[in-house]
Amino acid sequence: MPDAVTIEKLTKKFGDFTAVDQISLTVGEGEVFGFLGANGAGKTTAIRMLCGLLLPTSGNGTVGGFDIYRDNENIKKSIGYMSQKFSLYGDLTAYENLWFYGSVYQLKKKVLKDRIDELSEELGLHEFLNRLAGNLPLGWRQRLALATSVLHRPKILFLDEPTGGVDPVFRRRFWGMLYDLADKGTTLFVTTHYMDEAEYCHRISIMHHGRIIELGNPSDLIQKYQQPNLEELFVQLISKKSEESADV
Amino acid sequence: MNLVQISNLDKSYGQLKAVSNFTLSADQGELLAVAGPDGAGKTTIFRTVCGLLEYDNGTINLAGFDIDKDFDKIKPLLGYMPQNFSLYPDLSVEENLYFYAGLFGMKKNEYQQKRERLYQFSGLGLFAKRRAGKLSGGMKQKLALSCNLIHDPKILILDEPTTGVDPVSRRQLWDILKTLKQDGSTIIVSTPYMDEVALADRAIFVHNGKKLIEGKPNELLSHFNSAIYKIKAVPSSGIMDQLNQIEGITSRRFGSSIHLYTRPQQNMEVYYNRLSQLGISAESISPIKPELEDLFIQLMEQSDA
Amino acid sequence: MYKIKFIAQKELWHILRDPRSLIIAILMPIVMTLLYGYAINLDIKNIKLAVIDFDKTSASSNLMGRFYNSGYFSEVTDPVSINDPEMILKKGQANAVLIIRQGLGEAIQKLKSMRNLASVSIDNYELGLIVDGSDANMAAAAGSYSSIIISQVIKDNLPLGFEFPGIRISRQVLYNPDLKSSHFFVPGLIAIILMMISALLTSVTIAREKESGTMEQLLTTPITPRQIIIGKTLPYVGLAILDGFLVLGFGGFYFGVPFIGSTLLLFVFGVIYVIAALAIGIFISTIVKTQQLAMMGAMMVTVLPSVMLSGFIFEIKNMPLVLQIITHIVPARYFLLIVRGIMLKGSGIELLWVEAAFLIALAIVLLSVATKLFKLRVS
Repeated sequence: MPDAVTIEKLTKKFGDFTAVDQISLTVGEGEVFGFLGANGAGKTTAIRMLCGLLLPTSGNGTVGGFDIYRDNENIKKSIGYMSQKFSLYGDLTAYENLWFYGSVYQLKKKVLKDRIDELSEELGLHEFLNRLAGNLPLGWRQRLALATSVLHRPKILFLDEPTGGVDPVFRRRFWGMLYDLADKGTTLFVTTHYMDEAEYCHRISIMHHGRIIELGNPSDLIQKYQQPNLEELFVQLISKKSEESADV
Repeated sequence: MNLVQISNLDKSYGQLKAVSNFTLSADQGELLAVAGPDGAGKTTIFRTVCGLLEYDNGTINLAGFDIDKDFDKIKPLLGYMPQNFSLYPDLSVEENLYFYAGLFGMKKNEYQQKRERLYQFSGLGLFAKRRAGKLSGGMKQKLALSCNLIHDPKILILDEPTTGVDPVSRRQLWDILKTLKQDGSTIIVSTPYMDEVALADRAIFVHNGKKLIEGKPNELLSHFNSAIYKIKAVPSSGIMDQLNQIEGITSRRFGSSIHLYTRPQQNMEVYYNRLSQLGISAESISPIKPELEDLFIQLMEQSDA
Repeated sequence: MYKIKFIAQKELWHILRDPRSLIIAILMPIVMTLLYGYAINLDIKNIKLAVIDFDKTSASSNLMGRFYNSGYFSEVTDPVSINDPEMILKKGQANAVLIIRQGLGEAIQKLKSMRNLASVSIDNYELGLIVDGSDANMAAAAGSYSSIIISQVIKDNLPLGFEFPGIRISRQVLYNPDLKSSHFFVPGLIAIILMMISALLTSVTIAREKESGTMEQLLTTPITPRQIIIGKTLPYVGLAILDGFLVLGFGGFYFGVPFIGSTLLLFVFGVIYVIAALAIGIFISTIVKTQQLAMMGAMMVTVLPSVMLSGFIFEIKNMPLVLQIITHIVPARYFLLIVRGIMLKGSGIELLWVEAAFLIALAIVLLSVATKLFKLRVS
């Protein structure tokens, strides 16, 4: 199975501050990968480098087989990006938002129309298509954002806190949709602060101060550290690391 | 002593009924969690209680004062933390605190003492000179909370303070809340995290502007009227489709395992035959205890149906 | 008082933290003074005049000399076609063309040899002047300057003791004897900049707190709307007054605009005017929710009327009646007259009380409406 994402010693410095410090990992095709870490650990910076929005200071990486230094354009064509802060146009309707993002990827009119139909069926967006995106409840906005990010059928989907503030019902449904995408072969690269969601992932990494401090299958990790669940594991691990760094 | 008393509150935005006949009370030193889906009316209720919105009907009484008549007397007793980060990003941590202390008419040495205490339990002292806009998500929330604690409010109303906050900072915030509660503050907090609801003294589930249920978190679970089983099996979409065709069962993918929901007191054995056809053995099925999140989802789905 | 101080201090922090806005607020008056002073000079000079001389006598060259030495007209260096004067204007070679037909020499001779008024022969001699009317101000100026020059020429050539019949205007300009437009625009600029800084910045700063959600937080603390308004606007009053002095100083220093009257009186009226402007700013911010809208609203409601309807650029008495009525609620209208009066004429309150009364009344009405509308609720 070819790898969807490979990174090796990827580093990003802003002046004296090292936001991402030599991280290495590979994500297989069709894998649901949870990219975890405390606020400010460097997750968003890492994702921005992978999406071709930010040039790394050093290290290597490929996304969808394309080099993150040279093949920016190809990477952008093969990925989708959805973020909690990702701005839908609040003054456009859901349909207009979809239409706009589809046009950005230069989808043909007919294809775009079909995809919008198909996605609104799958995500249950039909009755909301003619409402202004800004007036949609949060849960529906997240779905719409998901729809806009997969219109062009990306091979790899980056999701940066896609469910922040969303209630449990919506979160479960949303993850159902993500599984469906993964089943169709889409690779998912997700950050979240909900540790129950992280347990849904095939593999996770935990980041702290720019470094990956743990990487593996959630249940294996829970066993390794003898913790009742991922939440407890995360809190223990990060607190321990913070104490260590405070000692130095 | 009853510190918060909301009775029969009604609030509409034009045609939309945001809150209807909502009643809530909280005693001194009580920690109350309000949970509900997005758009349930939690923020509307909180804003109304904090005097930021007009309401149609009902009464709101805080610390013995009617909100319409004596709002000026309520304000010094009240701390309200809105859902969105609402401090000044271009001011430093210390300047934000100083400003709020000033609004509450605090004297300089009184403020300095209070500031040191807040720094102690929030860990913000290290960042005193940093601009608020440059803080991480967890730190921002701790600063927002600190600004609301500067005047020692008796009643603290927090609208989703832990949204977007990592698990470690979340725990620290709740540790602060527990300390405040022990010191006698009345706290009303909304949250999308059901594990946080479990930490409260009392929980209220809100949906479509109405109260669904109310009670101590562990007692609320008795409202859950189905049983949950965990199946150790790879949740491929093929298996999920077939499971969902079985009458009387709802199945959900849960990471690398599957959860089955059945009617309460349902004997699982009647399904063993069907399940073994799908390659699921009786040994791989084990009952699990329902959690508040399961209850929440059930309540929402029943209420929508 | 104590709480107002805190709000004002916080607002001052905001201003100081945003060096770009601060620089704009300080540079703007200076730049505008320079712009109005140089680029938009209302004195029209250097009208390019082409002359087509068919007369070719000493009288015609004498006339040309009069035009070019007046300081208002300049010579055209390119060779021009004498057959098609319109083409000269079309090509932009000149702003005006003077055509001296044959017979000017003779006409002047006749004037000189005139014995009495009755003997003035009726066969008139005509000079042709074609003006490019696409710049109306320039065209009007070219026309009036020319007729002044020509009547001067005629007068000079009349025999001693002869006068034109009819009415004569004896023109004498007081207070601004050089008719320098900088003397007019500096008071106008003070009115505009004070309005702009006070109204625009106040409405933006309140809208910003609404937009970012900090207003929600602020309103749950024990402060009154009056405290918020006064505290938030105080630093901007300071900034506006600083800007006012900048324009005054710059105008005086650079363009030699005089200041005859009382500085204290101007300061007092400046503060009253600023209060009116602030009230408009608060009023706007109660209606709009975003900084962008506040900015656009303030531009529309304050800056435009202060430029267009205050008498700064256009004379109020020449406006259509509807606009003339509207000018009565434009605070800049009164303030402009007050500033001009104090600066250029040295007028005291005894002469300015009508304008002052209007301005004070306007400030009181606006401020009470604005404070009333500024609600302690989020909508």
